[in-house]
Amino acid sequence: MSLTMFGLKKSPWVYHVNVGACNNCDIEVLELLTPRYDVERLGMVLVGTPRHADALLVTGMCSRQAEPRLREVYRQTPKPCVVFCIGSCACTGGIFRHGYHFSQPVDHVIRDEDPDAIIAYVPGCPPKPEAMIAGAAKALATL
Amino acid sequence: MSIIGIFLVASVGTLAMGLVSSWIDRKVTARVQYRVGPPFLQPVYDILKLLGKETLVPARAQGRGFLLAPVVGLAAGAVAATILWVANVMPETGFLGDLVVVLYVLTIPAIAAIYGALASGSPHATFGASREMKLLLSYELPLVLAVLVPVVQMARAPEAGGASFAIGAIVGYQAAHGWVLGSLSGLIAAAVALVTMQAKLTLVPFDLPEAETELMGGSMVAYSGPPLAMIKLTRALLLATAPVLLVTLFAGGVSDAASPMAWVAFAGKYVVVLVLVVLMRNTNPRLRIDQAVRLFWFGLAPLAAVALVLAWFGM
Repeated sequence: MSLTMFGLKKSPWVYHVNVGACNNCDIEVLELLTPRYDVERLGMVLVGTPRHADALLVTGMCSRQAEPRLREVYRQTPKPCVVFCIGSCACTGGIFRHGYHFSQPVDHVIRDEDPDAIIAYVPGCPPKPEAMIAGAAKALATL
Repeated sequence: MSIIGIFLVASVGTLAMGLVSSWIDRKVTARVQYRVGPPFLQPVYDILKLLGKETLVPARAQGRGFLLAPVVGLAAGAVAATILWVANVMPETGFLGDLVVVLYVLTIPAIAAIYGALASGSPHATFGASREMKLLLSYELPLVLAVLVPVVQMARAPEAGGASFAIGAIVGYQAAHGWVLGSLSGLIAAAVALVTMQAKLTLVPFDLPEAETELMGGSMVAYSGPPLAMIKLTRALLLATAPVLLVTLFAGGVSDAASPMAWVAFAGKYVVVLVLVVLMRNTNPRLRIDQAVRLFWFGLAPLAAVALVLAWFGM
């Protein structure tokens, strides 16, 4: 395994992107980053700009308005990076799948932007912070 | 050893010390927040990871300045660290005026951060740069006044050779006459210098230039990959250099480079100053820029001037 991937596994800096969520997943992501769950043990730090990020925590079902912005954020994240689809809406579109404002599921948008993207799914409505930690640990272990 | 050899050993050593110190910082912060915190090698993993990412340069940035600024900041920090270690380990080989040089060189990382932020073309970075400039203008005055106190104390003791701006001479004076910290003026000056160092390291309560919740990383917002790694390394280097400067000027430094006990004592003093910096970081809210400037100009600068007057009168 290359040194870069080793570093990525040990120190994933996260950036939170909301592309049309009801905020429930965002609240759970916020709770994940509090001292109670202590994700700094895994090296995770919340950063304020995608240019510092290694992992994008994408919540929301990717509305038509947010889709170009999600693409831009993904382009601005230096590769190699991992995209985490947090919540059912980010994984598949959830209950908003047939809405007029729904464009494509998040992973379709990211794969369209970059066919070799590394994408991990954390389903749930909303997923518990423990589930997110488990998902992150499993995803980083397979890198 | 040649100058290049000394420079490499001192800068790499201080860098390693700085990475360990940043781990201590994160671990103490974690314990203060009732959590576990990162493993020991976490700062190394961070740098390793950053070195493997791609470098993105914004389209509106002035590329050459944007990419050169972190290098200049890192180099300046390394030079300051080298001068301090030479003054502690080989006091006779320091040159007259190296205290002034250290003060000048320690402003360069801040100026490099400002230049890099302005060269990046991002509005967030511009705010961070303007705040960094105001902070720089405000904390330099109390720092210079506080740093003059050991020199004035030396002037009161002509048998030590009188006042001298060589750091090695200050270390020698403290070895003979006791720590500068032991006197009232020294205590006040050390406290002022400690608060000023907090601003130089852009740590809370003075971390406005990179206020995460307001500015998304402030002056570093447009950096990624290896340039960001260099910025992190510069901050680690300064985190190690600032306590060394304080301990050298106010608490005796390494009084005798040949004795292991002096080195153990130096390590103890260094850790005490580092923990003070970290605890100050964890227990204070962030000051607004006008509050910070007012604190330095109208609070700490007069206090440092009082300390200078006390030192002149032998207290």
